[in-house]
Amino acid sequence: MKSLFPLTALCATLFTATPSAQADWLQFRGPNGNGYIEGAQPPTQLSQKSIAWSAELPGRGLASPIVVGDNVIVTCASGPNQKQLHVYSFDNQSGALRWHRQFRATGRTMTQSKTCVAAPSPASDGKHIYALFSSNDLYCFSLDGDLVWMRSLTLDYPNASNSLGLASSPIIAGDRLIVQIENDSDSFAAGLNLKTGINEWKIARPKAANWTSPVALKSEQQIVVALQSSKGVLGVLPATGSEVWNFSKGASTIPSAAAAGDQLYIPSNGITAIQSSKLTGEDPKKLWNESQQRPGTASPLIVGDKILVINGAGVLTCADRNSGERLWRLRLKGPFSGSPVSPGNNLFIFNEQGVGQCIEIGAKEGKVISEVDLKETILGTAALSGSAIYVRSDSHLWKLAQP
Amino acid sequence: MKAFRPTSFFSTSLIALLILGSHSITQLKAALPADLQKSITAINAVGLEGKGNVQAGPAWKLLSGADSSAILPLLQAMNGASPMASNWFRSALETIVTREIKSGKALPLNNIGDFLLNNSNGPQGRRLAYELISQADPDTAAKLIPGMLNDPSPQLRRDAVQGLITQAAELKTAKKDSAAGLLYRQALNNARDADQIKKIAKQLKSLGKQVDLPRHFGFLTHWKVIAPFDNTGREGFAAVFPPEKKVKLDTKYPDKNGKEIGWQDLAVSDDYGMLDLNQPFGLLKEVTGYAYTEMKFDSARPAELRIGCKNAWKIWFNGELIFARDEYHRGMEIDQYSLPIQLKKGTNTLLLKLCQNEQTQSWTVEWQAQVRICDSTGTAILASDRLPTPQAKKATRRQLKK
Repeated sequence: MKSLFPLTALCATLFTATPSAQADWLQFRGPNGNGYIEGAQPPTQLSQKSIAWSAELPGRGLASPIVVGDNVIVTCASGPNQKQLHVYSFDNQSGALRWHRQFRATGRTMTQSKTCVAAPSPASDGKHIYALFSSNDLYCFSLDGDLVWMRSLTLDYPNASNSLGLASSPIIAGDRLIVQIENDSDSFAAGLNLKTGINEWKIARPKAANWTSPVALKSEQQIVVALQSSKGVLGVLPATGSEVWNFSKGASTIPSAAAAGDQLYIPSNGITAIQSSKLTGEDPKKLWNESQQRPGTASPLIVGDKILVINGAGVLTCADRNSGERLWRLRLKGPFSGSPVSPGNNLFIFNEQGVGQCIEIGAKEGKVISEVDLKETILGTAALSGSAIYVRSDSHLWKLAQP
Repeated sequence: MKAFRPTSFFSTSLIALLILGSHSITQLKAALPADLQKSITAINAVGLEGKGNVQAGPAWKLLSGADSSAILPLLQAMNGASPMASNWFRSALETIVTREIKSGKALPLNNIGDFLLNNSNGPQGRRLAYELISQADPDTAAKLIPGMLNDPSPQLRRDAVQGLITQAAELKTAKKDSAAGLLYRQALNNARDADQIKKIAKQLKSLGKQVDLPRHFGFLTHWKVIAPFDNTGREGFAAVFPPEKKVKLDTKYPDKNGKEIGWQDLAVSDDYGMLDLNQPFGLLKEVTGYAYTEMKFDSARPAELRIGCKNAWKIWFNGELIFARDEYHRGMEIDQYSLPIQLKKGTNTLLLKLCQNEQTQSWTVEWQAQVRICDSTGTAILASDRLPTPQAKKATRRQLKK
């Protein structure tokens, strides 16, 4: 018995210190594509002391960082006309550079001045990193930074660009990388082979500018990828791109829908909740609509039985996601371009001025419990993993953790 | 966040090479083991829609695992490589460099410098060579840049121009306007990037100097234009109106309302070559217009047709449809689209179709484009029969016609 305690303590230390024990944040708005991650324990008392490390970046980006084991991945673009594209991997524990790859954009890099070429967030299946840029350059790396494949979707499809910039983040669904490249001229969605980058399918999409990201709805029966646009939401099978259902009541082209199992909360006439059809060709079931819950730029967040929406005035509304009934409202310090994220009882969001806010959402009323001012423009969405928050500003990647 | 720390061992031989000039440099022909050469071949085979990715991934792994002897061959591989293959090579090369530096090994900087100073090498590889030198020996790199004012690599040229802009600004601040004007003039002569040109032109104008920007850029300034054909419901983009079938400058056609219209002259005096169809035709909506011009060149050569436009447009060069894009009012900038063309000796023709849509917001008024012909560095290719740049007239503003 005498020797058992130190051994147990050592094991506990190893388990808590091993990064792989924590859930990874593998894509825009986390593992479920709805801003929620289970089991993360980021600091709730945000302050300057929360800054575990920061790493300087050579250019701007709106893309979220992702966390894959020991790697914190972030993209940015630099140089005249943002033509230099960068993918960085930093060591999660120390913030030291693990690897850096840079490329010359092969597609158009023109964007509206607020957004930038590094707007889409990277995605990972835990084995590889997939990084897409507004120039339609798409790269696949191993976790060690080996370049596995690349695509130039603008060379492939010369009219698939938006002169204001693209921002849709790719996701991984099944064994496909789903990209949604939508604009006024040549819109498409495609399911790419994860290993080769070659199209397994490609479908035409509405010819209209659209900055939303695909979302995967997961049920026991199947995975359905929801492709949102001004026309509504099309549910397709990730393996083939074939249509499962179509919600044709229109939807926003900026905030993206949030998924919870086979239910989808769509920024459409406020928020419209639907349940994915199990049968191909059957319309999805409308659960409720709440026109007062109108998201601004930020996408809605799903946490347990709650849906949280931030409107264009920076007011956070918490509602019952089963009925849409409003539970409480709270004015935050906006404006926001990024979306809220949550590990459960608290919500984290950074405003455009770089002020991070932690809001208690588990009680009867919402309450801002702490703030940290990073003093740099932040237009992206944070990532949560383990005991930390990861967020990128215009010129830095930050890790916030317990001091 | 630099990939590696600067080292101080860079020899004086690069400076010697610089003094000798690129004419005296014999480019080293780097030899590679067969497997690495095969890897280069595999990467050069990458193409559209993921073609060659399956082979390129393992090839990259092999190349990036090589030692510094692969650096020069990889720079050479970038010569003439496709944009994607060039990125594959660049990434492999930088991976080698990072590893070599981390392990304390010296880079073959003389070979890299040799590559840089040989202007026959490709612009992307030479820029990368410069960046490697700049990281290893920033002082020497800084000394090289002023000699690159007329460099075929736009990125190297840009840095040299920036140096002149900085010096000129210092002279202007010191009230040495005459000297500042000379340096700004020299900077303009060599500048190819629109943002730099705009800055320089503004300073020259503030010093009372005349600047012929349309000529500097090579904007096309003398047009025949005809409008309005229909674009109701944005269907005019796909519709084939008579000018698309054959340009007959002396023929009249019915417009969208049945009124007879003919070609008319439009001389563009705007500094940035803005061909504005609202000027002759008014602020119309749901209309299609055409602009046509001819130009003579003394010899055949490859060139780039560069266009900025926020309306839907199609462009034909010497009768061939070069590109078509139906995007409306998402923004425009100089050189928004670069299209490869082949100039022929003698008369060349250019037809531009411009569609205006139904939107009525204030930011959807524009019905315009800016078109120029240049080489791959952005240097204007001027027609042998180019007319003098038109003088600006006072613009008149018309009400939006419904």
